Amino acid sequence: MEKLIDQIKQGKVWPFPGGIHPPGQKQQSTTQAIARLPLPDKLVVSLKQHIGANGKLIVEKGQQVLKGQALTKPSGNWSVPVHAPTSGLISDICPMPSAHPSALPELSVIIEPDGEDNWCELNPVTDAKALSHDELVDVIHQSGIAGMGGAGFPTYVKADTRKAIEFLIVNAVECEPYITADDMLMREHADGIVAGIELMQQLLSPQLTIIGIEDNKPDAIAAMKQAAQHNDSIIVQTVPTIYPSGGEKQLIKLLTGKEVPSGSIPADIGMLVQNVGTLFAVNQAVYEGKPLIERVVTVTGNTIHKQGNVWALLGTEIKHLLDCQGFSPAPQQRVVMGGPMMGFTLPTVRIGVVKTTNCILAPDHQELAEPGDEKACIRCSACADACPASLLPQQLQWFAKSKEYDKLNEHNLFDCIECGACAYVCPSEIPLVQYYRVAKAEIKEQQAEQIKAERAKERFEARKERLEREQEERQNRHKRKPAAKSDDEKQKVADALARVKAKSDDTDSKSAVAAAIARAKAKKQGAELEPDNSEVAKERAARKEQARKYKEQKALEQGEESVDKDDKKSAVAAAIARAKAKKAAQATESQAEAEEAAPVDDKKAAVAAAIARAKAKKAAQAAESQTVAEADSAPVDDKKAAVAAAIARAKAKKAAQAAENQTEAKEDSAPVDDKKAAVAAAIARAKAKKAAQAAENQTEAEEDSAPVDDKKAAVAAAIARAKAKKAAQAAENQTEAEEDSAPVDDKKAAVAAAIARAKAKKAAKEQAQSDESSEQLDDSSDTDDSKPQVDEPESSEDKKKAAVARAIARAKAKKLQQEGNDKS
Amino acid sequence: MKLTMASSPHNHSHKSLSRLMMTVIAACIPGLIAQVFFFGSAVLIQLVLALITVSACEAAVLQLRKRKVWPTLSDGSAWLTGVLLALSIPPLAPWWIIVIGCMFAIVIVKQLYGGLGFNLFNPAMAAYVLLLVSFPVQMTSWLPVSDLLASPISFSQQLSVIFNGFTSAGFSVDQLRVAIDGTTMATPLDTVKTDVAHHLTVAESMSKPLFNGWFGLGWGWVNLGFLVGGLYLLKANIINWHIPVSFLASLAVCSGIGYIAAPGTEPGVVFHLFSGATMLGAFFIATDPVSASTTNRGRLIYGALIGLLVYLIRTFGGYPDAVAFSVLLLNMAVPLIDYYTKPRTYGHGVK
Repeated sequence: MEKLIDQIKQGKVWPFPGGIHPPGQKQQSTTQAIARLPLPDKLVVSLKQHIGANGKLIVEKGQQVLKGQALTKPSGNWSVPVHAPTSGLISDICPMPSAHPSALPELSVIIEPDGEDNWCELNPVTDAKALSHDELVDVIHQSGIAGMGGAGFPTYVKADTRKAIEFLIVNAVECEPYITADDMLMREHADGIVAGIELMQQLLSPQLTIIGIEDNKPDAIAAMKQAAQHNDSIIVQTVPTIYPSGGEKQLIKLLTGKEVPSGSIPADIGMLVQNVGTLFAVNQAVYEGKPLIERVVTVTGNTIHKQGNVWALLGTEIKHLLDCQGFSPAPQQRVVMGGPMMGFTLPTVRIGVVKTTNCILAPDHQELAEPGDEKACIRCSACADACPASLLPQQLQWFAKSKEYDKLNEHNLFDCIECGACAYVCPSEIPLVQYYRVAKAEIKEQQAEQIKAERAKERFEARKERLEREQEERQNRHKRKPAAKSDDEKQKVADALARVKAKSDDTDSKSAVAAAIARAKAKKQGAELEPDNSEVAKERAARKEQARKYKEQKALEQGEESVDKDDKKSAVAAAIARAKAKKAAQATESQAEAEEAAPVDDKKAAVAAAIARAKAKKAAQAAESQTVAEADSAPVDDKKAAVAAAIARAKAKKAAQAAENQTEAKEDSAPVDDKKAAVAAAIARAKAKKAAQAAENQTEAEEDSAPVDDKKAAVAAAIARAKAKKAAQAAENQTEAEEDSAPVDDKKAAVAAAIARAKAKKAAKEQAQSDESSEQLDDSSDTDDSKPQVDEPESSEDKKKAAVARAIARAKAKKLQQEGNDKS
Repeated sequence: MKLTMASSPHNHSHKSLSRLMMTVIAACIPGLIAQVFFFGSAVLIQLVLALITVSACEAAVLQLRKRKVWPTLSDGSAWLTGVLLALSIPPLAPWWIIVIGCMFAIVIVKQLYGGLGFNLFNPAMAAYVLLLVSFPVQMTSWLPVSDLLASPISFSQQLSVIFNGFTSAGFSVDQLRVAIDGTTMATPLDTVKTDVAHHLTVAESMSKPLFNGWFGLGWGWVNLGFLVGGLYLLKANIINWHIPVSFLASLAVCSGIGYIAAPGTEPGVVFHLFSGATMLGAFFIATDPVSASTTNRGRLIYGALIGLLVYLIRTFGGYPDAVAFSVLLLNMAVPLIDYYTKPRTYGHGVK
């Protein structure tokens, strides 16, 4: 290290391979001092003038702004603000062609100068040493400074690097022909630049700062040496004039003999490169408080009358620059932003100057000949000799033409800096750089697609696995079913049960129970009558949906206990529950004791609520009531849930009415939180049942709720279950259902459901002794985990939801039972 | 205002393909002059024949391939092929030799492979080898230098020999080759090789009037002419130094070792360097960019191997000269050489 510093101090440079010597063409723009231009008629300030995200717009159309006032504020992701270059009126904010090879429109603030050029309040710092690292970085950030050498990398990011910096390298090479903006800036503002360097030194504490200047700028070298005289840690290094020695990587090699490893950044090897223009802007920002609103632009080329450098406000249209300097366009005029080697032609002169605009070149056809026709490559390798990165451009070109992307990678295409040296020397005039750009873009696209495909594959495989797993589960389930009873038999049994119960229940609330049971069964039937395929299909669909929600659900599932994440949904659910609760309360004057079977997550809650409601409705219907249905609390989201809820509510009401009990519905007691909601729901259901009973109708299970799609299916299933439970309860169930209450997860829910169902059955049995005991529902399974076949088919849809619904239903059933007990 | 869009870079070195080719052709002039001076102006006739043939063939194939004729023809690559082939064959070879050679070079070796830039082999050398293998008599019938001829022949007589096979006086090429002393003259390389095979020492062989003590009369000067042209190409940055230097160095080292090992049967370094097609091969043939190696390290290997092969074939092979064979053999090795001699890209292989 010491040796290296000594070598550097002795003026040693390490030439990089390749490079070319295009005509400099610099002298014509260095005869005059940097000029000030009259204010343009309008300024088109693009929000994006750097690498990174746009800042957040903080002004609006029609607003008056002051010079230096921020138009955007940074909002992460390397965003850098832009500022009003002069005072005036914001006449519009709209997308305008950008200073980019594509000229794609970028959102721009259009300012009509008022001619006053009034500064906003500036906060210059007198003693920068007093500023902390972060404060200084913040000043640089808020001043909107981005690399002014051409790349536009946010300077605050570099200044805030966490890596140890050994060498701060100041890029004053300006190797592109024609451009003299940095040269003139150094001649006129060397002190400011050195002050900027010292600020950077303060931030980065490098061991040595090397200013690299090409030997074709003797005036600038002298000025910089003079300005840096007082600082021993700054060295002005004269480097030979060769293009592209101003390339960041080439300059590092040239000044320190080190190479930036491929794929790394200079900071990884302790280097940091800053352009002189950037450093001057840093100085302005700190010591004068002025944000970056103007820069030096070289306006040159043989079609320009007054070739030279100007201070251009950012956003000044190129047209204004050309007009001010005098411009006689040639036929097929090219206007290049940047230099002749790496600059890009502009499609229009109505594009604003940006932070990276160092040159506007309007050449005639003598000085820069138009490209000739591409001829065959003769593999002369002049390109390889010129390549500063030691690539094999002609090989790359063959591979690019034949789209051999693997070979391109193998030949390090992405180490190409697109300096254009190869194309410059090519005797066949092959636009090599253009081929590389296209190939790079294609490779990047291909890589992106590959990543996408891989993700898709992963997803597909996960799904396949899941499907297989679920199919297995399903098969297991199917195996168990036949053992209990064939589908047909079950139906019949159910039908019979329902009928019997309905009849016998006339007097009591038994009929309601029966009805509920009947309905439940009917549903099952409905599902079961159909070919099993439909079930499977539903299940599959359900699973798909599940898969989508898999992650979130997983996370949420365990928490159980009334976790209502989404206010809206929970609100809806609550509303529904409340509605039911009222009705229920009316019908039964029982006081339910809040069971905790709270819905697991929002969706589930909503679904559950819906289910509950749906059940209530059915019960009501069964009670032959003709409903009024003024669904009050229409849920906001979850359309289906909402619909279901509405229906439920309507039914509940009807039921209540039908049950000719004169409930006064003390609405106000609407439960506010989930638990209450659940309780209420339970109550509601209980009422519904009673109503149904009162209506002594023998339900024939009108099966209205045939699930159309998965969600509906789920809802329906839930409803069915819920009803069954209610019915059971209503039937003065003596089941005490100790029912550990709140089911924690699906299994428990399932268990609970099973219990509920079992109770319902019992009730039914008791009431209609004639029942076909064959009802395969596991009677005695009050507490155990007998598999609930009842809801299985329907529940296929969304297991979770179903589970939740079941849980709710069960909870309610319990309450009702308790109520019944109390009564009895 | 309507602006013209273009891709960067917007500047160009003004190097062009045709200028490059024309420079190479121009660099042949010193060698050509030497050939005319020592072997008569028949080579100019061959040159004209070659240029006409290559132009016609190139144009015809381009037409068939539906390419623009003039832009491609005018790049000069076909003309260069014709010039090199004309300089390589015996000046008094019958007219159809050069015509067949040029047709083969352009149609088969160059255009059938895809045209300029796509040919695997050096067209001139491939054609030369075809001719040498197919018409060995005509292709080895070099006249001795004019001074040694029994009867000097005029330009019109040379013309007659090329087109009719006989001079107006009825002499055939074989008869013309009879030297003053009544022996048939061969090229210096051939002479030395034959004499060594007949158990003469090199010194004895070189004492013949064909030689001036160092190398064959005339041949040395021709080689010198091509050396001058080659140095000009180096100076003009048309060719890289790698191939000629490694070629000549390799040949010099090999022949030097041979001379040290067997001074009696080895003609030595200078003889090898200034005989046959050594200089033409080193600066004009082996450096053909299309068929040569394209990396600097590869070029060193390529040139060195050509030099080695030239020496081996000249010394142990059946043919007196070997540049064409060596170049073609190495042409085949170029993809391999290039692959293994990729330069280290910036930022690779550093930590």
